[in-house]
Order: sequence, then C-alpha cells, then structure tokens
Amino acid sequence: MSHNDKYEAVIGLEVHVQLLTKSKAFSSDATEYGAPPNTQVSVITLGHPGTLPCYNKKALEFAVKIGLATNCSIRKENQWARKNYFYPDLPKGYQITQHTTPLCTAGFLVLKMEGYENKIGITRIHMEEDAGKSMHDQDPYFTLIDLNRAGIPLIEIVSEPDLRTADEAYTYVSEIRKIVRYLDICDGNMEEGSMRCDANVSVRLKGAEEYGQKVEVKNMNSIRNVKRAIEHEIIRQIDLIEKGERVDQDTRSFDALKGTTTSMRSKEAANDYRYFPEPDLPPIIVSEEYVQKVKSEMPSLPEQLKQKFISLGLSDYDASVLTEEKEIANYFMAVCNGTKNVKAAVNWVMGPVKSFCNEQAISISEFLIPAKTISELISMIDEGGMNFSIASQKLFPELLKNPSANPKQLAEGMNLIQQSDEGLILKYIDEALAKFPEKVAEFKGGKTGIASLFMGEVMKLSKGKADPKLTNKLLLQKLDS
Amino acid sequence: MNMEVNNELIDKLAILARLEFDSVSREAIKKDLQNILGFVDKINELQLDDVDPLIYITDEVNVLRGDDVKQTITHEEAMKNVPVKDSDYIKVPKVLKGK
Repeated sequence: MSHNDKYEAVIGLEVHVQLLTKSKAFSSDATEYGAPPNTQVSVITLGHPGTLPCYNKKALEFAVKIGLATNCSIRKENQWARKNYFYPDLPKGYQITQHTTPLCTAGFLVLKMEGYENKIGITRIHMEEDAGKSMHDQDPYFTLIDLNRAGIPLIEIVSEPDLRTADEAYTYVSEIRKIVRYLDICDGNMEEGSMRCDANVSVRLKGAEEYGQKVEVKNMNSIRNVKRAIEHEIIRQIDLIEKGERVDQDTRSFDALKGTTTSMRSKEAANDYRYFPEPDLPPIIVSEEYVQKVKSEMPSLPEQLKQKFISLGLSDYDASVLTEEKEIANYFMAVCNGTKNVKAAVNWVMGPVKSFCNEQAISISEFLIPAKTISELISMIDEGGMNFSIASQKLFPELLKNPSANPKQLAEGMNLIQQSDEGLILKYIDEALAKFPEKVAEFKGGKTGIASLFMGEVMKLSKGKADPKLTNKLLLQKLDS
Repeated sequence: MNMEVNNELIDKLAILARLEFDSVSREAIKKDLQNILGFVDKINELQLDDVDPLIYITDEVNVLRGDDVKQTITHEEAMKNVPVKDSDYIKVPKVLKGK
C-alpha cells in the first residue's frame, strides 16, 4: 500500500486579493503599481497621530461582489477591528481588518476536477488593508521599507479545510483568480503580489475523524507554486509520521528554486494580536437594497457563461476554454452576435484568433480585428463566396495587417472570392476533360481516384477560385453522364 | 474575577509592546497594572449583562468616501520624520536573520 493510499491531506487556503481601486482603503493616496518608493503615501498611511481613516465606497462594492460570486451571505452590520502587531512595514502598529463580523460568510465554490466534483466551503471573506513592502536583500545593513502598498484595500478569502489534494488547491486558486478577473476587482497577478495565497496543510490516516497537526505554508508566488508547495508539504509530513516523528505547529516558507519548505518562526514567538473594535471607523450597514443593486450590476460569471455556451451547442471543453478569460468569452459572444453559425464562431475564435494571440503572446483585448469582421468572414463562407482555408490562410493574415478593412472588399481586391457560377465552372470542366481524354477513359473504366486530377485542373484554370464543393458535384455529374 | 499581575504576565506584555523593564521598573509597572485592573474589577461588580459595550461615541454609520485620488503630501514631507533613510526608502534594522 503506498503512502498516498494510506494518508489523506486536509488543506485550507487563505487568499488575499488586492482590490483594484484607484485610491487606498482608508485614504486618498494612489494605489498604482510601480511608482517610486514612498511617494504614494499620506499622513493616514504613515500612521501619524490624530489622523482619521475613512473607508473607500468602491472597495466595499468590490467586496460585496466577490461575496455574491462565491455564494456567500452578506452581513448587514459590519465593524472594523484593530489587529495589533509590530512590524516595520505597518506604521500604525495595527492593521485595520474585520474580526468578529466578516462581511461575507458561509459561501462555497464547486470545483470541477477530472472525473469528480468537490464543493469547497468559503468560511469567510473580510475587508482589510495591505501592509507596506519590506526589502531584505538590497542593503547589507538595513531592511528597506516602501509604504506605497500600505493601506491598499484587501479582501481575505478563507476556505474551509475541504481541499484534499494539491490539484484541488490549484483549481481552487485558479477559480478565484478567474472570478476576480471577471468581476474586474483584481488583476489576479500572483507574481506581482496582487493576489497572494497561504495554505494550511495537515495529513491524517484515511478515514480518521481528527485532523492532523496543521502547518501554514507561505510565499507561493504563482498558482503552480501553490501546487508544488502543497505537494512537497504533504510528502514531508507523511515522511515524518512514517518515521514515528511528530509534525510541529509551524509556519513555513516555500522556496521555489528548491521546491521545499523551511520553517519561518518558532512556536514561542506565536503572535497575540489582541484584536479590539476600531473606534475610529463607524460601522458599515449593508442594506438588502444595496446588495440587490450590486448584484444587478454584476457581469456574468464564468460558470454561468459556460452553461450558456453549452446550451448554444458547444462542447464542455470548448465552453471551458472560451470562458477561461472574460475577454475571450466577450469576443466570442460578439462574433455570435453577427452570425447564427455558432459552430463556425467557435472554430474561428478557438482556431485562427486564439492561435494568433498565443503566438504573439498578447491578450485578446490587444487583438485588433473586430469581432464583427469575423462574423462577416463566417457569412462569406456560408454564402459560398469563400472556403475556410482561403479565409483563414490568405484573407486573415491580410486582415491582421489591416484590421479595420472591410473583409469583402479586401477579398475582392485580393481576387479571393470563389467562383460559383455554374456555367463558368462547367466551361472549365469541359476544358479540363478535353485536355486528358485518355484519363477520362480510365475513369470510366473504374479508376475513380483520378477525379482529383480533373479537380486540380479546374482549380488551375479558375486560379483556385472555383467553389470546390460545386465543382466536385458538377465534375462527377459530367463524368458519370 | 481578580487577575494576578505576576512577572510572567509583565514579561509577555513587555515582548508584545517591545518594552524592556529592569527589576526596579518591573515592580513599578506591576503596581500600576494592578491598580488599573483594580478599576476594571470595580466596574465588574456592576450588573452589566444587559448593557452593550460602547464602541462608538456617535450614532453615525456608513461614513464612506468616493474612490478619488488626492496627493496630500510629497515624498519629501513623508520622509521628514524618518530617522534613518536614503533618498527613496525608510531604513530599519535587518528584520530577517542571516540575510
């Protein structure tokens, strides 16, 4: 029996999401990434005495949105709390957060895994503020502090310990990222730290009721590293247990180069945050009307769009790929607005459009051919003026060079419109057959494969513009007559 | 409920508050803390089960601001009171050991 069959992991995730507001949570300084250090600050951010925080309306709206998108209940009476600890990147000596009254509670996300589903409980989502940034390796004698990030609005999404594998954790974080991007409340960029994830990992014998000792893992700066860190941590803990040793309560840091975790702090330094209500900020009352208003303004979520696409006749796979990013889903819907041929719309967006974006490593928002033009291409093909391969291999590259061009005019200018005039095609066929009388005889003698020779000849005579379907039909009629 | 202010408690609070006490000042703070807890014990003698804690001194709710950016101080002003700095950063003693 392998260890993997003997043990199971219990994983809960805490995801911090920086909200895409223009100004900070409790003050009006800018939040833009990449400004020179310590320029986007104010007396509130710097924690000067006598200053008063005032919460950002937009941040509240964003927090309600993520709560609704993850099936949470939204709390009516919200208070703020101070979480006290000393660290140089926290000028006030406390972080303003929510403690006993998180804005969102009791939600869930359904993860679609390979061959099964797992419903992951969302314990809570609360509003808080970010700390500044400490740089430990730029100066030999000092830690350098940049407070531009201090006070940026955050939400923390805490899951129930419902995840069982590193793959589920990977899928869960991917889902959260997809949702915050759809909602336009965070860019979901883990590399730049606008989305961060901590994992609580423990292992236990399969079927055991009690949880094992949990270990917190931090510093995983990509979704892939979340998976790698958890995979490593599960094996580390199982090895300890198998050796008869104990898993200690610990906070461990993931080392992406080594793929291992190392202890960050010992137990005796365990923090005591001494939470208490923040008296400087009056309570926030979130009315039912407000929640309904926010709900009515929410865009479609990925899962809703996926179901909609499936109902249009798309396969599960195609619907998943097209809803991976909001911009692709929107582009696809815009193409569908201009044509009834959904299947062709799927082929164009999943084919030439997406391939081009992938090759150029651009997002579809940087793709310049309007969706309307793709709809027109589909109509041109459906009306028989062109086939897919000419449209995608000849016309599409020209459109990439000249994205605002009218595709029909461009195709005419390039002499790409197919010939579907029966009389003309018959004339080409007659010419072709007259050129190879002995081959016609061979065909009539049963060598039907030879038809492609005549087809090629017709194409040559028509400069590749004869409608192949029609030509094929007329050619066979002629040969069989 | 009487809470005993012993050396252990003082040491824990000292760590949390980043303070240091020698044996003389520790005795002094112990006495001060004991007095403060004495006040609290006095209040605890009252029947307060039906009284909500007072957190806010006004009845105001939903005091929120629009998401508007205003630059209220310059970088130079922000750095004015920083004891150790360079032109960009605030400098503090090394936080991580061994780095």
